[in-house]
Amino acid sequence: MIFENNATIRRRDLITRLAKLYFDNQLVEKIDQIPLELFPKRGDASRCCIYRSRAVVRYRLMALLGYNIEDEQDELKPLAEYARQALERTSIEAPVLTVIDDACSSCVKVNYFVTNACQGCVARPCMVNCPKDAIQMVDGHAKIDHAKCVNCGRCQNVCPYHAIIYMPVPCEEACPVGAISKDEHGLEQIDYSKCIFCGKCSRECPFGAIMEKSQVIDVLRTFSQPGGSIAMIAPAIVGQFPADFTKQVSALKALGFTKVVEVATGADITAEHEAAEFMEKMHENEPFMTSSCCPAYTEAVEKHIPEIKKYVSTTKTPLGFTAEILREKYPDAARVFIGPCIAKRKEALDNPLVDFVLTFEELGSMFVAKGIDVGTCDSEESELPAGNIGRAFPVVGGVADAIVKGVEGKCECKPIVIDGLNKKSITLLKAYAKGKCPGNFIEVMSCEGGCVAGPGVISNPKIATKKVQEFTSQ
Amino acid sequence: MAQSVSVKICTGTACYVMGGANLLMLEECLPEHLKGRIEIEGTSCMGYCSLGEKGKAPFVMINDQLISEATLEKITEKIKTMLE
Repeated sequence: MIFENNATIRRRDLITRLAKLYFDNQLVEKIDQIPLELFPKRGDASRCCIYRSRAVVRYRLMALLGYNIEDEQDELKPLAEYARQALERTSIEAPVLTVIDDACSSCVKVNYFVTNACQGCVARPCMVNCPKDAIQMVDGHAKIDHAKCVNCGRCQNVCPYHAIIYMPVPCEEACPVGAISKDEHGLEQIDYSKCIFCGKCSRECPFGAIMEKSQVIDVLRTFSQPGGSIAMIAPAIVGQFPADFTKQVSALKALGFTKVVEVATGADITAEHEAAEFMEKMHENEPFMTSSCCPAYTEAVEKHIPEIKKYVSTTKTPLGFTAEILREKYPDAARVFIGPCIAKRKEALDNPLVDFVLTFEELGSMFVAKGIDVGTCDSEESELPAGNIGRAFPVVGGVADAIVKGVEGKCECKPIVIDGLNKKSITLLKAYAKGKCPGNFIEVMSCEGGCVAGPGVISNPKIATKKVQEFTSQ
Repeated sequence: MAQSVSVKICTGTACYVMGGANLLMLEECLPEHLKGRIEIEGTSCMGYCSLGEKGKAPFVMINDQLISEATLEKITEKIKTMLE
């Protein structure tokens, strides 16, 4: 599976340009030039024309500066003005995602499409079997009436020539909870009463229309804060750069962080507490317990699977524990979580001890902007180094393993792993809540493969998984 | 026609972030019959990213030919023209 595409690379290029301008102290002066530099007059456009391409770049930059595109009041407001405000703001606001309506291609409303392989046959099973009478013959070809079609798919199933294809709407298809849908103009919009911030829509949209509201500028500003800035790095970072972990630590310091702490240290504590909580619950004859470290999962529990809530571990997340330790130790420093996760942005908004969140992709782009080559950095140990239990959390099965090891000889643990949240696994979790759970501990990971396959990663998850496994077997 | 090719994939941070990360999956994408004649290795930053005139990251060196904005597709094509 290969994730990378032009939309991803374009976003990284923009983050790099933005950070470079910040480092050069020219953000406000030069940010409005970026769309023109990328799409100069008489140059190639990625969309219908250079003007549309420039407009989309402008919106991407707004999202990268941390703004909600939906809130735009004045289309003529220069990026410089947004940048100036970003450089002065003291807090960030929900939601964590934003849809660039100008970038959304408003994909098909009707998912079934008759291709020119249609032979206009005499039998016409598509017409005969359509329950809504939505198919007509036009110029010897079947044609679907969009006003009548209900997307049942019967026409596709019965066509003897396989002439009817299913065209998905990638973001809607990827969303496990039906939170993204079309507005009256056919453009996608997110329903935040349903959204679990898993980021799957953003990753799947081929037009890159769904973006995170970035906190890159806010994080860059913490580097000049008198109390310093602490990077709380998610354990999945081990597989993100082709260099030793210790080099990543000094690269982070070269970027501007004053301290680098592993969230795996918090994961060690989570594992210990969660194992104790598990034993307690089993003693109380609870049927099972689920993990709670994946924020997209806990959000899904709140919004879509309330019946399972009483079985979810109440132990704090690895980030929760890490931030608590750091508040005690370094009360004046900014605390920045760096990870593969979009849902962590929501967790951070709900946890006052976490100031900002960066993705690995944003971190990598900031390294590029500052000209830092991780491979040639010095080696340095992280502060409060973690153990192998916590460091193994980001690969699917790592949390379940930690509980099994933690209760060994004291309590029987039959682990089950939900590897990826989708419509099917959510239905499964609902069934478990009704008493049909075949195990007694459930690890739930929203991303298939675990955090190493999160929406904010740089490395191919296969490579990253291998590196995490090598690192934790040392 | 070359007997074998050496493919050097830059794993400097700029190349890696701008798409090089996936180029390391090259081995899996190569046609079976050519695999034995191709030597793939990751290399530290080759320095082209800071020059500008050599194009954009990610960079890959195939024998003595430099490929900029490399993709798995571009690399495989180049290898094929060299070996077939």
